[in-house]
Amino acid sequence: MPTDTVHDAAPQGEILQTAVSPERVDKISAAAYRIRHHALTMGEVQGQGYVGQALGAADMLAAVYGDQLRFRPEDPRWEARDRFLLSTGHYAIGHYAALAEAGVVPVEELETYGSDYSRLPMSGMSTYTPGMEISGGSLGHGLTIAVGLALGLRYQGSDARVFNFLSDGELDEGSTWEAAMGAHHHQLGNLTAMVDINALQADGKTDTVLRTEPVTEKWESFGWYTQRVDGNDVVALLAAFDNAAAQAAAVGRPSVILCDTKVGRGVPLLENREKAHFMRIEEHEWQICREQLTAGYEGKASA
Amino acid sequence: MSTTTEAPDTAAAAATPAKPKLKTSAMIASFADPGQKTSNAPFGHALVKAAQENDKIVGLTADLGKYTDMHIFAKAFPERFFQMGMAEQLLFGAAAGLAESGLVPFASTYSVFAARRAYDFLCLDAAEPNLNVNIVGGLPGLTTGYGPSHQATEDMAIFRGMPNLTIVDPCDSIDIEQAVPQLAASEGPTYLRLLRGNVPTVLDEYDYTFELGKAKVLRGGNDVVFISSGLMTMRALQAAKALEAHNVDVAVVHTPTIKPFDAGTVLKEINTDRLTVTLENHSVVGGLFETVASAVVTAGVGKRVVPVALPDQFLDAGALPTLHDRYGLAVDRIVAKVLAELG
Repeated sequence: MPTDTVHDAAPQGEILQTAVSPERVDKISAAAYRIRHHALTMGEVQGQGYVGQALGAADMLAAVYGDQLRFRPEDPRWEARDRFLLSTGHYAIGHYAALAEAGVVPVEELETYGSDYSRLPMSGMSTYTPGMEISGGSLGHGLTIAVGLALGLRYQGSDARVFNFLSDGELDEGSTWEAAMGAHHHQLGNLTAMVDINALQADGKTDTVLRTEPVTEKWESFGWYTQRVDGNDVVALLAAFDNAAAQAAAVGRPSVILCDTKVGRGVPLLENREKAHFMRIEEHEWQICREQLTAGYEGKASA
Repeated sequence: MSTTTEAPDTAAAAATPAKPKLKTSAMIASFADPGQKTSNAPFGHALVKAAQENDKIVGLTADLGKYTDMHIFAKAFPERFFQMGMAEQLLFGAAAGLAESGLVPFASTYSVFAARRAYDFLCLDAAEPNLNVNIVGGLPGLTTGYGPSHQATEDMAIFRGMPNLTIVDPCDSIDIEQAVPQLAASEGPTYLRLLRGNVPTVLDEYDYTFELGKAKVLRGGNDVVFISSGLMTMRALQAAKALEAHNVDVAVVHTPTIKPFDAGTVLKEINTDRLTVTLENHSVVGGLFETVASAVVTAGVGKRVVPVALPDQFLDAGALPTLHDRYGLAVDRIVAKVLAELG
């Protein structure tokens, strides 16, 4: 099928209306809360770290692990599993929390995060951690690997899907766009990219480091089925995943879900921190963080 | 600290007695000894000073200004600083373009990203036309416990193959401060293995000045000669002092310029009866050891050379002191190796 036919198969940027049941939302919201809690546990061991990113991305991680991925926690290398690639290695703290929530990594192990001889190094590495598919951390690699994985799985008759987690900073890297072109060219309907857009990178706000907007139009022009949602809105996230799956099944086109998130989400003390990329959190503040997280979750849960 | 799960009881967690603190792997770790004299951001301040005297100097980075001390320059000369985003091919291609326009760019990122991912752009855009593009690579060798994504253990091996490129592996803040204006003044591309943040100040205690392309004998010694570069010169000097207690007299030759290499000075020191040891913060493949070995063989000197270097493998993540001990860069490990060699 010529690729330009694919390009015209569905309207771009339109979010199809999908009913998301309250049970699904509650389940994922609870998982996201526990992921945030795990991230604080790990952050406290170090006294610092990429806690803000883990809190911001917790809803995305909860949604993909709790609602989308097909995997066996007791057999992380199960051949038929869906693949989740963490391209952003420094988000490992969030990924470990999700792996603990998913039952792949024991919860007790989280407190070894970043320590000597731990299976949970500060940057995600496939040789260390069960469930970690790639060694990220040098950014802009994940989507290139994802293209090959999706091609390879499809060629071998597998119906497994590939999910690649990127951050908006990774959109700076040219390799990301090479992969975006490759995925569309090869009509990889089994590939879904998730981009955490927290508008922040190492040297400062993304629009002052290297302006990446308009992001939605970029992905659309590269031929991807593109949806942009509030990445901290579980209903919107789940609907976007449903749309992506339906779109993939219908026309075989890669999907991207662009998720606007807030660094430190769920812990007001950290949401407004000036130095947010690599946070230092004082010893007495961890308890406040946990209390704020729980209060926010319970407030939401009872609302 | 207790680990809580589904129903977090934060009060209980706070009341649990603290376990011994685990050693951790901060990305930006210091290799300075506790209490050691240091200088903050020597590269950034040296670049500002050089730029005050040379209005052609400009700075660039790839979303790592704060982490390569380039932010000092960016603040002093905002109009002469260009943020290229996390896009290393753009960073070095653009640096070449700036040089083509007649400017003298210093472009910073981590060594891994410069060496591994932007090589083609550096090689063809900057080195082949022999442009004055100055590459500034943070976290060289094993200076972070963050794992292989950030450990540039093979950066010199990669870069030594690039014609026209000058490679400088400074020991301390003195080396960096004195190197920056010389790198700016030298024609052709250069690579500075950047030590950033609070950088030890060591060489002020020796009769030493940095001269691009020159090796310097820092101390004499009758039994052993250390040939070292980078932060390992600091360790070499410490190990030499420690070996005095074992009645072992060690000379230290500092070779901050890896390419072009001052083979004359180094071979004069090696071609003696003393045990020769090279010390480098780099893989045993393709760095100082092989540079020295090549000089020795080329000159026809029949002489064994013992390397202190990182092993030819992807290294672990962990706390930096732990890793320096594990991979043999710690002073105690150097001392033990020398004593074993001397039998």
